[in-house]
Amino acid sequence: MVAKRVIPCLDVYEGNTVKGVNFLNLRVMGDPVEMGRAYSLQGADELVYLDISATNEGRGTFLSLVRRVAETLNIPFTVGGGISTPDDAARLLDSGADKISLNSAALRTPGLIDKVAGRYGSQFVVVAVDAKLSAERWSVMCNGGKVSTDRELFEWAKEAVSRGAGEILFTSMNNDGTKSGFAVEALDKLSRLLSVPVIASGGAGAKEHFRDLFLNTNADAALAASVFHEGTIPVPELKQYLDRCGVPVRIIES
Amino acid sequence: MVAIIDYGSGNIFSLCNAVKRAGFEHEVTSDTRVIQQADKVILPGVGEASEVMREIENRGIRETILNLKVPVLGICIGMQVLCSYSSEGDTKCLGVFPESVQRLRGEGVKIPHMGWNRVNYSGSALFEGIKNGEWFYFVHSFAPESGICTEAVTDYGVEFASVLANENFFGTQFHPEKSGRVGDRFLKNFLTINSK
Repeated sequence: MVAKRVIPCLDVYEGNTVKGVNFLNLRVMGDPVEMGRAYSLQGADELVYLDISATNEGRGTFLSLVRRVAETLNIPFTVGGGISTPDDAARLLDSGADKISLNSAALRTPGLIDKVAGRYGSQFVVVAVDAKLSAERWSVMCNGGKVSTDRELFEWAKEAVSRGAGEILFTSMNNDGTKSGFAVEALDKLSRLLSVPVIASGGAGAKEHFRDLFLNTNADAALAASVFHEGTIPVPELKQYLDRCGVPVRIIES
Repeated sequence: MVAIIDYGSGNIFSLCNAVKRAGFEHEVTSDTRVIQQADKVILPGVGEASEVMREIENRGIRETILNLKVPVLGICIGMQVLCSYSSEGDTKCLGVFPESVQRLRGEGVKIPHMGWNRVNYSGSALFEGIKNGEWFYFVHSFAPESGICTEAVTDYGVEFASVLANENFFGTQFHPEKSGRVGDRFLKNFLTINSK
């Protein structure tokens, strides 16, 4: 039985882990490498680092950060943000990333998924999908959830998998930032539809939300940021709680 | 010195770092002389079976590997090519372990098998200080079927061999370099085995 995964997500801006709403009032949360090491010791199963830098300089900083993360971390990590060519992916692979996550660029050029998966294997490619429910349709958004597309969540996720995505990271824009729980219904449908693991994102605010996700859907992993960074839900406490609820999780002895 | 065999592809950055963190020097190489002088040899876990076998042949290191007397650890694909056969690319492999490698076929499970799973061992020096049923990190679509060299198994819809051992040769289907502190301990156990 494979364990359900708990994944802290770190947004990185010009070398720092930050938190902010729509790039306004970005608050520095700490050093991404040190935070990653601390999460690993607490029993996080995996980490995601998203580059939200706006400049080339910031991108260069991110690359050297990935290298430091790879030197330090003894659990897998995914990197995403601004990857738009196979060469971008190659640079991250060479810097030690275990997986990369594609989002807007894959929507613009779906063949990018085939190219990267063909070259480095499906296990290297996560496709992140941001979608918003309106009028009973999950519309896929790009550019960080700011621009709508004509794609629909389930259809796009299926296509991404058929092109070689090894995992789908679905963020519900309706739930993101609300701390009112994951989009359980959509995640249930998505996780049953796809032949690859599904990572749930958007809406985590309490331990019960993780329990509801794992007991009521087939999702394989849950991703969250602020509840972990702010210490509202310490990872070890969450794991113990999920274990008591009957969710298979990896508990580490401290 | 730990020789990490270079098949010419894939990401072995994490493995090199894990060896470094454990306090050992390493060299990524496909040079016969360097491999023969190493205290430990690791076949890393990246690539596809037929491709890796072709690289081993092309670099002329098949016999070098088979004749090693020091402890050798194959990780993931590195273990699979030490088996007798892999159905990935219908590949005849090195035959150190008689087990054969098949595509995972558990019912209702997602392929690739990606994430943390339990490893149940029946006794191996490599598990010193690690409790039975501990979690390790896996990423793979193929795995060896249990056989006479199987020292640990993992259940993913069906049971497969997650650790193999035959004299000085060892293999793990999981990635110790990505398995947290337990993985670090496992790797350290391997790196500190006394050479005969």
